[in-house]
Parts: sequence; structure tokens; C-alpha cells
Amino acid sequence: MRSKPRFGDALFAIAIALFVFIVLGILLTVVLNSLSKGWYSGLLPKFLTTEWYKYAAAEHDIPRLIGVTFVVAIADVLVGLLIAFPAAYALARADFRGKAALLSLFLLPMIVPPMAYGIPLAMLCYKLRLAGKIVGTIVVNLVPIVPFMILVLMPFVEQVGTSLESAAKMLGAKRATIFRRIVIPLTMPGILTAGILSLVKSISMFELSYLVVGGRNQTIVVALFADAYAAGARPPQAVDALAVVYFLIAMSCLLASLRFVSPTQMVFKVK
Amino acid sequence: MSGPHRNGTLFLLIPAILAVVLLFVYPFGYGLLMSLTKADGSFSLANYARFFGDARDLRTIGVTLGIALPVTLLAVGLAVPLSYHMRRGVPGEKLIAFFLIVPVTLGTVLVSEGMLTFMGPNGWLNQLIMVLRLSPKPVQFTHDYAGVAVSVGLQGFPYAFLMLLGYVSGINPDLEKASQMLGANKWQTFWRILFPLMVPGIAISFCLNFVMAFSLFPSAVLLGQPSGPQRVIALAAYQWAFEKFNFNAASAISMIMAAIELCVIAVVLAWRGKMYKGASIVGKG
Repeated sequence: MRSKPRFGDALFAIAIALFVFIVLGILLTVVLNSLSKGWYSGLLPKFLTTEWYKYAAAEHDIPRLIGVTFVVAIADVLVGLLIAFPAAYALARADFRGKAALLSLFLLPMIVPPMAYGIPLAMLCYKLRLAGKIVGTIVVNLVPIVPFMILVLMPFVEQVGTSLESAAKMLGAKRATIFRRIVIPLTMPGILTAGILSLVKSISMFELSYLVVGGRNQTIVVALFADAYAAGARPPQAVDALAVVYFLIAMSCLLASLRFVSPTQMVFKVK
Repeated sequence: MSGPHRNGTLFLLIPAILAVVLLFVYPFGYGLLMSLTKADGSFSLANYARFFGDARDLRTIGVTLGIALPVTLLAVGLAVPLSYHMRRGVPGEKLIAFFLIVPVTLGTVLVSEGMLTFMGPNGWLNQLIMVLRLSPKPVQFTHDYAGVAVSVGLQGFPYAFLMLLGYVSGINPDLEKASQMLGANKWQTFWRILFPLMVPGIAISFCLNFVMAFSLFPSAVLLGQPSGPQRVIALAAYQWAFEKFNFNAASAISMIMAAIELCVIAVVLAWRGKMYKGASIVGKG
């Protein structure tokens, strides 16, 4: 009996170690390869160079890629909050017929493969001439962001009692005042959490962006895919250099976000 | 909220309803309509007939399921015992959680791109395999099934793990103690008490994982052989839409994808219904 838990501990440690080895291996080889010259075999590259970064910078307008990525991510977070917060508030506070059905409708985009609704959505974007524009990328990425935000926000609203709202109402405060002075300040932790989590998510959103972006309005992850896809068109080290730029952005956002949220919140819990 | 304020509150749902209808329901309906019409707009089932009649397209279903199902099963199957092990915390759990979230945050594109070097014939993984003499010659991960499966699993496993951790650590520890006091061993306690309570979490993480794995295509394109053995259904839909500009055919494939996905979800929910009967006994710890 006594040896059993230790056996479990060992298996757990091996599984986690293997996983960490693969993740670290992937990230370190990307970084090393982007700095290497003539690394065909062996543990480490023979020469280090920064020329692949110059190569990547000559091929891409990197500041613009980063700018577009952040504009899309921040706009998605702000618009997403404007849409999701009122809905999460109403779903948490009001009871009405068809509430369960409505919640399912809101969550439906999460269980349909993005490519299944993404292709018709992209066709509409082309029709409306939104494709290839930054606003098109923002619009398509709202589809997965809004349900995610509703899920994150609802428990935060539920936690805040209704007594302060009732008191304010009795004292004659208008609905807008109650929202601005009571509801929003009290649910600020939830708003921040939903915003930060969505920001981290939006930076890496690929499939839907890929279907509508074009030309100069690419996000960095789409540019990276296009580079990696056209293997042979440029040296793999230059692709890795762009990958490192993307990695640094996504990673610093993740690290900054972990000051406010915990990793388990990146995935959510549905009842 | 009580009576008179109700209508005012429901009014807050309008932006979200508009968003989901305009950005999801309407495009989906538009896709359904496109899939049922010819290019000239007349009603026809030809797009579906074409898909099922085209051997190269039809086999994408098997290819995609052949990647998505085993990988999802394995990811969730590994996540169940590992999250169970971590339910009361382990040393270094913050660091573990951090490493789990990294591949999810970085996304498939970076992971797949990085795997090309790391798991390539001269990459570190194969160097290690050679040093440990696990295989006589380098294992081919990239441009093959294995690479696609590993890349999809690296996203899916942490997702399932972190999600299940939320479920299993929310189960009242008294239930476990009670079971042990009544003479059940660890194994019986797990299968009779904890596992049934984890079933809803397992079901939902399986579904969400399967959605991600099923619509994969960056990893198949970068790490597989996208023109042949790893031509996944999402790629077929993409090619019809943006390479052949046949939106009707592409929409039909999108609809088939959604239908298969919903079938899998129906099976999972049926399993969940069979396994999970005790919502009322989950007390908060």
C-alpha cells in the first residue's frame, strides 16, 4: 500500500517532465535556429548570427505586423466586453423563459469547428468588402471571443450581491448611474480577467484571421504561417526569426497576464 | 431579478443576440443555403453529391477523424489520471500550470513551426532517441502522421488537463474520506466516486478538444503531407473556397464538418447521460 502513492508520483513526474521537455525543446530550437548558421547536426549551432532577423525584417514590415496584431486584439477585447458584459449581467441576474436555450445559442460557436462557420463568414466578408481590412479581422474574431467572455464574466456577476443595486435604486439612482457607479466597479475584477484572458487569446487566433486577412493588414501569426507554408521560398532560420518575434510578443503578454489571472482560467469551466 | 426591472435587464441581451445572429447564425445559414444551390442559384444537392462522389475529398473525413479521435482520446485519457493526481496540489504546481498553458497560448502555428526543427531528422528529439538507442535510425515525425498528431496533442492535452483540474479539485474531499472510511481502496474510490463526478468535465473537455482537433489545418499543412495522407477536411474546404473559388462546394464541406462534429458531440453527451447521475451530491469542499 505504501509504495503505491510513490509509483503514482513517479509516473506523474515522468509525464510532466516529458511534456516540459517537448515544449522547452520546441521553443529553444526555434530561438537557437533563428540565431544559427550552419546548424545541420550536433547539439548546438556552430556559429551564431543575427542575419536572419535582418532578413526577416527586410521581407516583412515587422512593426506594422505587430501594430495590426495589437490593434485587432485590443479592439476585439473592447468590443467583446461591450457586447458580452451586458449579456453576462442579464444572464446572471434575470430569470426568464428560454434562458437555457439562449445560453446554448451563445455557446454554440464554441462547439462548431471554426472552419465550418468561418468559410461562410469569410465569404460574407468578401461580399461586404470587409476582407483584407483590419475591421474584417476584428469582426470575425469576435465570434469565439464573445462566448468566452460571457462564460468568464457570468460567475463574477453572480458573486456580487444585489443589495447595493437595490439600495441605489431605492434612493432614486437611474439605471445608467447604477451601472456606472455600482455594477461596473464591483465586477471590475471579472472585467479585467475576461479582458486579459481574451487579449492573450486574440494574439494567437489564427484560423479565422487567416480566412479574411490580406496584404498589409496581416496579423503576425498569419504572416508566420504563410512564411512557414512557403517553405523553400526563404531559409528556415528566417522563418524562425519571425517565429521568435511572435513568440516574444505572445509570451510577454502571457507573463504579464499571469500577474492578474491564473493559468487554469485560460480554459474555463462549464457546468 | 424581480418583476418590474426584468424587461430592462433583458434589453441588455440585445447586443450579444445581435452579434451571435449576425456573425454566427446568419453566416451559417448562408453557408447552408450556398451548399444547397448551384452557382446560378438554383436548388441542388450536387455539392454534396460531388463531395461524396470524389474519392480524394471523401477520404478527408477518415483522415481527419483518424487524427482527431485518437489524439483527443489520448489527451483526455492522460489528463484524467494526471489531473486526479494534482487535485490537492503538488510541489511546483504553478510552474507545471505555466508550462501547460504555454503551448495553448502560443498556438498551433508556432508549435508546428518549432516542431519542424526540434523533431526533424537531426533535431534534439531524434538526437536523444539515438543516444538512448530507442531506435536504430532517426524517427520520422515531421511530414508524417506522427508530427501532426503530436502537434495537435500538445494543444489538446494541456487544455483537457487544466479544464479537468477545475472539475476534480472542486469535488468535496469529504466524499473521498467517507469512501475510504467505509473500506473502499484508492482504486474503488476513484472509479466509484471521483470518476463519475468528473464525467461532465471529461465530456465537455472531450468535445472542446475534438472541435479544435477536427478543424485543424495549420499543423496538417506544416507537419503533414497536406496533398496526400494528411489532407484534412478543413484544408479541403479551404482549397475549394480560396483556391478553386467554388464557394458552393466549400460550403457543403463546411456543413459536413459541422454535421460530423455534432454527431460526435451527441455521442459524448449520450455517454455522459449514461455515466453521470449524481449532480446533487457534489458538495463544495
